[in-house]
Amino acid sequence: MLNALTLLILCQFVGEVIARATSLPLPGPVIGLVLLLTMLALRNRAPDPDLTTTSNWLLRHFGLLFVPAGVGVITQLDVLGDNAVALLVAIPVSTLLGLLVTGWVMQRLSRDEDS
Amino acid sequence: MENLFHLWVYLETTPLLGLAATLVVWRLATLVAARMPGMALANPMLISVVILVALLLATGTPYSAYFQGAQYVHFLLGPATVALAIPMYANLRRIRRSARAILPALIAGSVVAAGSAMLIARLLGAPRVVILSLAPKSVTTPIAMGIAEQIGGQPSLAAVFVLLTGLCAIVLINPAMRLIRATDMRAQGLAAGMAGHGLATARMLLISETAGAFGGLAIGLNGITTAIVVPLLATFLVR
Repeated sequence: MLNALTLLILCQFVGEVIARATSLPLPGPVIGLVLLLTMLALRNRAPDPDLTTTSNWLLRHFGLLFVPAGVGVITQLDVLGDNAVALLVAIPVSTLLGLLVTGWVMQRLSRDEDS
Repeated sequence: MENLFHLWVYLETTPLLGLAATLVVWRLATLVAARMPGMALANPMLISVVILVALLLATGTPYSAYFQGAQYVHFLLGPATVALAIPMYANLRRIRRSARAILPALIAGSVVAAGSAMLIARLLGAPRVVILSLAPKSVTTPIAMGIAEQIGGQPSLAAVFVLLTGLCAIVLINPAMRLIRATDMRAQGLAAGMAGHGLATARMLLISETAGAFGGLAIGLNGITTAIVVPLLATFLVR
């Protein structure tokens, strides 16, 4: 577990350094994700069981990790109130459009691929 | 009474209280959510946030004092995001096989979801910080917060928008898929993961394993796609 956590934090660390050094418009953890994925693909064998267990443990409790940031809404209650109308329209409508576009393109192209 | 007051003053200044409260409330929220399966709003994260906000308001505790303890949980978002590489690697062969369908679907959805949210908010007069925090709302929280910070939004606002978006996606996915006659589980799963990240994907997993796998894939890929697309959109749509 400690080895796996060290590897994950190291990937994030290197990702963070790359993000700052190159001013890439990507968050450090996303670059870390790509680094780890590249390493796994280059080695081309099943990841270490310890890494799989630790990652699954972290991902299973993903929801918990969002909670402290979510509670931050308490500092933004006035912003939410002031923009209630814009948010109540923008969020559902854009979510529906995203679902429709992704589902439609994927359905069409997947069918073409199968036939 | 005097002693109790001293105890409270002590607890307020240590990180222990915020950390313990987060973990205990999360435990309670998962128990509550488990007793209400199939209810979109019975989400442990939503329940936890509501309870903790109520507690902070009731005790007059400032968010900064709470976050002093909660930051230890918050910090794990980074390593957890990196850990998304593991399920993605497990699906790598499937990803390669349908790459020609997945990438156009994700890029189109990502541009439309982020662009329409920013445009609508702008037309309805929302300020710059709100528009920029809305942009990454379809992405999983840690990535969304990172993107929001990067482009000048407010990470905690972005986290709230992500949560609301996930709840909307859960409610809208079935009517939306019927409307476009998307019967393919790969298409339904990808749409759920793209538009509604982990919340909608967890929901799809109850219906179909294939949908769940493609949803998980969409969460990771959309995180990367949106991180590249949104800063570009922001320069066009926000001045």
